[in-house]
Amino acid sequence: MTFRKPTGGEIDRHTLLRFTFNGVEYTGHPGDTLASALLANGVHEIGSSVKLGRPRGIVAAGSEDPTSLVQIEAPFPEPMLLATTVELYDGLVARGLAGQGRLAPEPDPARYDAKHEHCDVLVVGAGPAGLVAALTAARSGARVVLLDEQNQAGGALLGVDEYLDDRPSAEWVGDIVAELRTTPGVLVLERTTAFGMYQDGFVLALQKRTDHLGFAAPAGVARQRVWRIRTKQTVLATGAHERPVVFADNDRPGIMLASSARTFLHRYGVLPGSRAVVFTTNDSAYCAAIDLAESGVDIALIADARPDAPARLATECAARGIEVRAGQVVTGTEGPGRVTAVSIGDTRIECDTLLVSGGWNPVVSLFSQARGKLRYDTELGAFVPGEELDTVRAAGSATGELDLNACARQGREAGSAAAAAAGFTPGGQVPLPVSDSRCTSRSGLVVWRVPGADDASFVDLQRDSTVADVLRATGAGLRSLEHIKRYTTIGTAHDQGKTSGMIAAGIVAEALGVELAEQRPTTFRPPYTSVSFAALAGRDRGELHDPVRVTAIHPWHVANGALFEDVGQWKRPWYYPKPGEDLHTAVLRECRATRESVGMMDGSTLGKIDVQGRDAGRFLDMLYTNMMSTLKVGRIRYGVMCGVDGMVIDDGTVIRVGEERYLVTTTTGNAAKILDWMEEWLQTEWPHLDVHCASVTEHWATIPLVGPRSRDVLAAVAPDLDVSNEAFEFMTWHDTHVAGVPARVCRISFSGELAYEINVTAWYGLAVWEALMAAGEKYGITPYGTETMHVLRAEKGYPIIGQETDATVTPQDLGMSWAVSKKKPDFIGKRSFARVENNRTDRKQLVGLLPVDPTVLLPEGSQIVETDRLPEPPVRMLGHVTSSYPSAALGRTFALALVRSGHERIGETLYVPYEDSLVPVTVTDSVLYDKEGARRDG
Amino acid sequence: MQLIPCPWCGPREEAEFHYGGQAHVAYPEDPSALTDEEWAQYVFFRENPSGPFAERWSHSAGCRRWFNAVRDTRTHDLLAVYRAGEPMPEVTS
Ligand SMILES: [Zn+2]
Repeated sequence: MTFRKPTGGEIDRHTLLRFTFNGVEYTGHPGDTLASALLANGVHEIGSSVKLGRPRGIVAAGSEDPTSLVQIEAPFPEPMLLATTVELYDGLVARGLAGQGRLAPEPDPARYDAKHEHCDVLVVGAGPAGLVAALTAARSGARVVLLDEQNQAGGALLGVDEYLDDRPSAEWVGDIVAELRTTPGVLVLERTTAFGMYQDGFVLALQKRTDHLGFAAPAGVARQRVWRIRTKQTVLATGAHERPVVFADNDRPGIMLASSARTFLHRYGVLPGSRAVVFTTNDSAYCAAIDLAESGVDIALIADARPDAPARLATECAARGIEVRAGQVVTGTEGPGRVTAVSIGDTRIECDTLLVSGGWNPVVSLFSQARGKLRYDTELGAFVPGEELDTVRAAGSATGELDLNACARQGREAGSAAAAAAGFTPGGQVPLPVSDSRCTSRSGLVVWRVPGADDASFVDLQRDSTVADVLRATGAGLRSLEHIKRYTTIGTAHDQGKTSGMIAAGIVAEALGVELAEQRPTTFRPPYTSVSFAALAGRDRGELHDPVRVTAIHPWHVANGALFEDVGQWKRPWYYPKPGEDLHTAVLRECRATRESVGMMDGSTLGKIDVQGRDAGRFLDMLYTNMMSTLKVGRIRYGVMCGVDGMVIDDGTVIRVGEERYLVTTTTGNAAKILDWMEEWLQTEWPHLDVHCASVTEHWATIPLVGPRSRDVLAAVAPDLDVSNEAFEFMTWHDTHVAGVPARVCRISFSGELAYEINVTAWYGLAVWEALMAAGEKYGITPYGTETMHVLRAEKGYPIIGQETDATVTPQDLGMSWAVSKKKPDFIGKRSFARVENNRTDRKQLVGLLPVDPTVLLPEGSQIVETDRLPEPPVRMLGHVTSSYPSAALGRTFALALVRSGHERIGETLYVPYEDSLVPVTVTDSVLYDKEGARRDG
Repeated sequence: MQLIPCPWCGPREEAEFHYGGQAHVAYPEDPSALTDEEWAQYVFFRENPSGPFAERWSHSAGCRRWFNAVRDTRTHDLLAVYRAGEPMPEVTS
């Protein structure tokens, strides 16, 4: 049986669209939503409720619908869409949901993007008020953006069959849209929902550009677009949502908002059923009843909760044979799924449809998001905008006004005021339309619920939250609507309580015996309607999500089978496995080759900051714990930086390039942070210092050449350089040529071995790397990655900032008092070293740990305890393992750890809980290899 | 997203800026002359008013300048911005 009228509505009956719902094939027409097409086929049951599994239908015709959740299966899986907002297309496959959907397991092939727009006046909503507001502002010359959620302008006019100025309302709408579209500087966007309103006129809107095309959506066109709009003035003409009344078993399919049934009738030519009961508290449902009756629906009864029915409308109903009973309410419903009968007191009426109207809720979400205060309107039983904002105005039924002429007048006033506030003088006045509507009275009775079975009286149909849940919340002592919302989950579903929130507030006020005017409404938050993460991500997916930084030598690493480690945005070679090698065997080989002959790594990611100026030395003396101004040109010093709290924030080498020029290196991950740190002090504390800082990280390719044979390799490629220990001392640098390229070679070591760091312009990095590989071939030169670097430095007890340290560690804790100047009168952190807290002997200090069983590898992060048996909790933790590796040089495993009073505990046995046992470990000095430093000079 | 009027660049989106905490907390002239408590006040303690608050901001993804702003912590409204080194202007909130 079809419920489609032979004529009427904005649908194309000549074209058939095939679709499948819950496994059954149906047809609909262009212009349908999935919901209207289902209703036309007599399908009311969509899915089931999330907790109780009760059948759920279609309550409303638009985005306020709490129940018609569907999963699209084809063309592409998409969960949690409303059947009422899915435009029908050929081949659509969907199914109803039980409150939860399923994300597509495969990547979404569609493209999503974002666009920025700036305007003088933004109008949200293209109903009568919004259209007049937009045209008024446009005629003043303002740049206007008009957004509307629907696929065509008209707003509430789309759901009625009324005349404006004695002609169909669509003609009036069409004329205004046509003028807007031809006015320069005006942008009209359909299928675009403003979902978030933020400070300073920033509005986010989602435009659904090709969703409605289904399989025919052209490739290469962004499916959805987030508009990032910055506007001077905003007019919110967002309309109003009809709200229901709560009564026992009010959740059956076939129970629908009266105005939504009217919308299905007029916009889609669809009848909601054959025989309907109407339950109302106000006039507007009468129009729905009369229109449906004229279209052939048997209106069994109008139950009006008011003591007296409106005389004129009652007469019109009588003329059509519709019975009206005043002072009556629906007390229950029956039905196996869809409603089959309604109880009104002792009267039982069989029907397949129950239309409900409990009044109107102005859509104040965006106004509230804009921090506009709301006011409770007692007559309307709803929150309305309670103040004027400088840049945001509400107009039309969003203010609680229901008369069309008055709504349009508000639109004109708001459009004019917004344009004026944006600096424009009025243009030609937009005439106000005159409506023939019969149902615009505000005079309703505010009824939240009909007393009955509380646990079957649903407030939020999507969350399965009932009156009983609300009363349980108030009974538990909750009074604030915000708390009750969280306790009951009312208003937290996809619809954000568009039809349930106000009723919940009303029931709470009744239960607490307080006035709603004194209740603070819950804060509306973005998004107004659901927005997919794909849309929010836009183009920032996959490779475009975050920049990837690679060094000049990167192609060689890739070609030579390196595995990579992400360090910030950098890709760093982690290790270079040979066939059959895993991490441990590869790293043991790389370590052994480096300690026994020569190894080489790509250190280009090291942060490098060029510090210049007359006061550069003075400045660095304040930043580092040790003295830098006394460093001689040509020499290098290792330095530690602390925060004012005395905790280590970074370390690295400082090269004195010239009298007024230093090159500072930072850890890879801290390069930007340390440059910021320098700028902060220079700009905010010491602007009188003549110092300039610039990042030069990417200017240089940096290659540490490490091991006893490094001198031989360097000599082979740097013929101008005297590489002897006497001519090229430790912690000095020389400018020379390496492989024919200008180079700066520093003699520094992060492994304890004889080592050089070769720096060349990044352009030459790859060529110099290859030349070094060739020159080192006869020594078995071995490229190594970050893992080997970590092992080599850990064997020497050199800490890694961020691995051994965590912002609670001082240089003294690391055993680096030697790097803290006693001579300097002040430097950042110095005063903190004298604090009592920083001088406690039970601070956590860096030590080495040797598992008694030399094959046991402790997991990094393991806790350390004092006893070989765990006492009752709480167990006192002494610290944790910061680094742990097998060592080729030591022929065993070892670890570094931060341990309470660690320096005093050297020689003690402590225990590390690991799996089911306590692993005994011996505490040692943090330097485990070549304590004497005998290997430094080769 | 809020607009922050950088005194050097004009209004820019807040995502370009970095927050720097309370303004006008000078590094002590002679830290060694301070008691532990006085030093701790400098290192750890900051105001947390409800209302106008002078703060440091850095236009870190723009001109990279530090400047000061008076922000009403109840509304986030920026009541004034001024360059580093300039005195805090009178504001009404
Ligand atoms: Zn700036």
